[in-house]
Amino acid sequence: MSTARAGIEKDPYLAAFARLRKESPAWKGSWTRPLREAAITRFAEIGFPTLQEEEWRKTSVAPILRVPFAAQPAYSANGFTAKALERYTFEPWECTHLVFINGHFAPGLSRLRPLPEGVIVEPLAQALEKRRDEIEPHLARHADDRHHAFAALNTAFMQDGVYVRIADGASIEEPLHLLFISTSRGEPVVSYPRNLIVAGKGSRLSIVESYVGPHHDLYFTDALTEIVAGEDAAVDHYRLQRESEKAFHVAVLQADLGRYARLGSWNISLGGGLVRTDVNALFGAEGGEVRLDGLYITGGSQHVDNHTLIDHASPGCTSHELYKGVLDDRSRGVFDGRIIVRKDAQKTDAHQTNKNLLVSEDALVDSTPRLQILADDVKCTHGATIGQIDEDAMFYLRTRAISEAAARNLLIQAFVSEVLHGMRIEPIRAGLECLLFTRLRKGHGAGVEA
Amino acid sequence: MLQIRNLHARAGDKEILRGIDLDLKAGEVHAIMGPNGSGKSTLANVLAGRESVEVTKGQVLYLGRDLLAMPPEERAWEGLFLAFQYPVEIPGVSTLYLLKAGLNAIRKHRGLPEVDAIEFLALIKEKMKLVDIDQSFLSRAVNEGFSGGEKKRNEVLQMAVLDPKLAILDETDSGLDIDALRVVANGVNGLRSKERSMLVITHYQRLLNYVVPDRVHVLYNGRIVRSGDKDLALALEKKGYAWIEQEARGMAAGAPPSA
Ligand SMILES: Nc1ncnc2c1ncn2[C@@H]1O[C@H](COP(=O)(O)OP(=O)(O)O)[C@@H](O)[C@H]1O
Ligand SMILES: [Mg+2]
Repeated sequence: MSTARAGIEKDPYLAAFARLRKESPAWKGSWTRPLREAAITRFAEIGFPTLQEEEWRKTSVAPILRVPFAAQPAYSANGFTAKALERYTFEPWECTHLVFINGHFAPGLSRLRPLPEGVIVEPLAQALEKRRDEIEPHLARHADDRHHAFAALNTAFMQDGVYVRIADGASIEEPLHLLFISTSRGEPVVSYPRNLIVAGKGSRLSIVESYVGPHHDLYFTDALTEIVAGEDAAVDHYRLQRESEKAFHVAVLQADLGRYARLGSWNISLGGGLVRTDVNALFGAEGGEVRLDGLYITGGSQHVDNHTLIDHASPGCTSHELYKGVLDDRSRGVFDGRIIVRKDAQKTDAHQTNKNLLVSEDALVDSTPRLQILADDVKCTHGATIGQIDEDAMFYLRTRAISEAAARNLLIQAFVSEVLHGMRIEPIRAGLECLLFTRLRKGHGAGVEA
Repeated sequence: MLQIRNLHARAGDKEILRGIDLDLKAGEVHAIMGPNGSGKSTLANVLAGRESVEVTKGQVLYLGRDLLAMPPEERAWEGLFLAFQYPVEIPGVSTLYLLKAGLNAIRKHRGLPEVDAIEFLALIKEKMKLVDIDQSFLSRAVNEGFSGGEKKRNEVLQMAVLDPKLAILDETDSGLDIDALRVVANGVNGLRSKERSMLVITHYQRLLNYVVPDRVHVLYNGRIVRSGDKDLALALEKKGYAWIEQEARGMAAGAPPSA
């Protein structure tokens, strides 16, 4: 069954590639052509995943493949104005906003602020041609697209996104906000955002990726971000997924850490109809530190699958992972957390926690911790819980004059606050808290954005 | 204030309250004593509205209204307060937040404007003196990591802030050393007034040295088997619960078979 399906469903994507190969002015003569060709060949070999595959056991991508998506060939604002963006930019938040619409950079809507010495922030599509020498060693060298069809598709079709390079010793204090907007006017659109972040020795950087789209729009986002953190670099990465409740969202974040490098990752999933994210961190040298936090809040018939992989390939590294889910209505959540401690990775310190709150009888969550520990001198813990609202706490709050609905919302907020409070960008933390609060108050359950 | 008539209640498939009658007038303090397992907390929970306890018979009037028909929050809006025997820990919710939300819900119900942050803090500061609690406790998650004594003091503080008409204290004295007991007792006495009634549930007589009750009821096996004035508590202390148990058993054995 699986092979039969994989056959025909690849065809539209292969055909789209063939068309671009012939027609795209951007691809013509570009050094990225061989990369794209190699990626589409890999995609043709592996095909779309089926439920038989270990990594995709709980998430069927069939609904994505039933829709004839097409990429938008060139930039258009699609009717978006600066005013319309305000609900996505956490005002008043002073930082650089780079806006992309349906995969293309939107110069008129972006707000660029002066950058410190040693910092390059550019739309990737421009940087590719201008900065081949520095980009080529990294682009598509970190994320694994040999086993992930959507990663391969992203490399084959990559449109735009950001290229960030921080020189050794340089830093950028203000966060960078990448706002990827999708919208379908009539035809279902697919976009392929692609980001590359290279943080030099001892540098510091904080970056936020937002994925948004208007209600009821049917579109597909296939995104990929590679982060390379050099020795002693500190990178904070936030991904805020607030897509339309009908949208499909598949994304990979791959972070490779050098000696004593530090990564903070917040993976927040609020929207989307069918969502799959892979957050992967690789300790390429000793002493690194990773903190992976995640929050998925689902309602309606949303399906949100979070896969994480922390590869302790070097000794003396620390990872702390905390993913929390609140699932309402008939929604479904998946958490699959893999931690590999390689043979030589002694003195590894790895902790993983996944907690889920089911606020409806019909909601469902699968939690799978997968620890592969091949070294012996390590400290590894993991824990997963799936629970309902605590009835004793509910009663206690109600005896304190708090209504049933308010008490329920308060307990949900309290549950997620552990993740929100760790966030180091105040406008984002406060903005998300506010979003969540309004949503709960409107009685949309935990579901998609109101 | 409170009239309980022939109240029967069960939890799971066990009948726990088996016909309780009690009258509590405005300004009165009644003590309810009784051995462990006699149904004291169940009574408190029924009055506060815990849904897992099912009332099978009887009625309760509170300020002339059918108490049992109200959800727990409405009872609180109407001025009923329960200090829990085992206060619940609520991670992620601070006592300050809880109290402000509760107080404002009560005020809203009474048609009063909400208190703002400044008024609220002033009120809290005043009430804190009553129970000798450090302000840092209030910004921490409700009861999380509190010692037994701290939890009980927090209950009394909440009572003081929410300013109930009817306060039910469920073994607020148990597990306290003598100093903490005094603090709690002072807190309770400080809240005694002509308008406020209290139902003080306790296992031991010692709290009643400080909080002198108008009436004492002894609950045994789901029934009030004896009522009296404060001397009943002293007699109980001297003779122990075995006395009541024997008496109750004697009553049951000697009672004529029902028709
Ligand atoms: N939810 C419940 N389900 C079954 N039995 C219960 C429940 N709650 C209390 N009980 C039982 O009812 C009896 C009275 O309990 P309780 O009211 O807590 O007594 P007290 O407070 O006087 O010690 C005890 O035997 C207790 O085990
Ligand atoms: Mg009790």
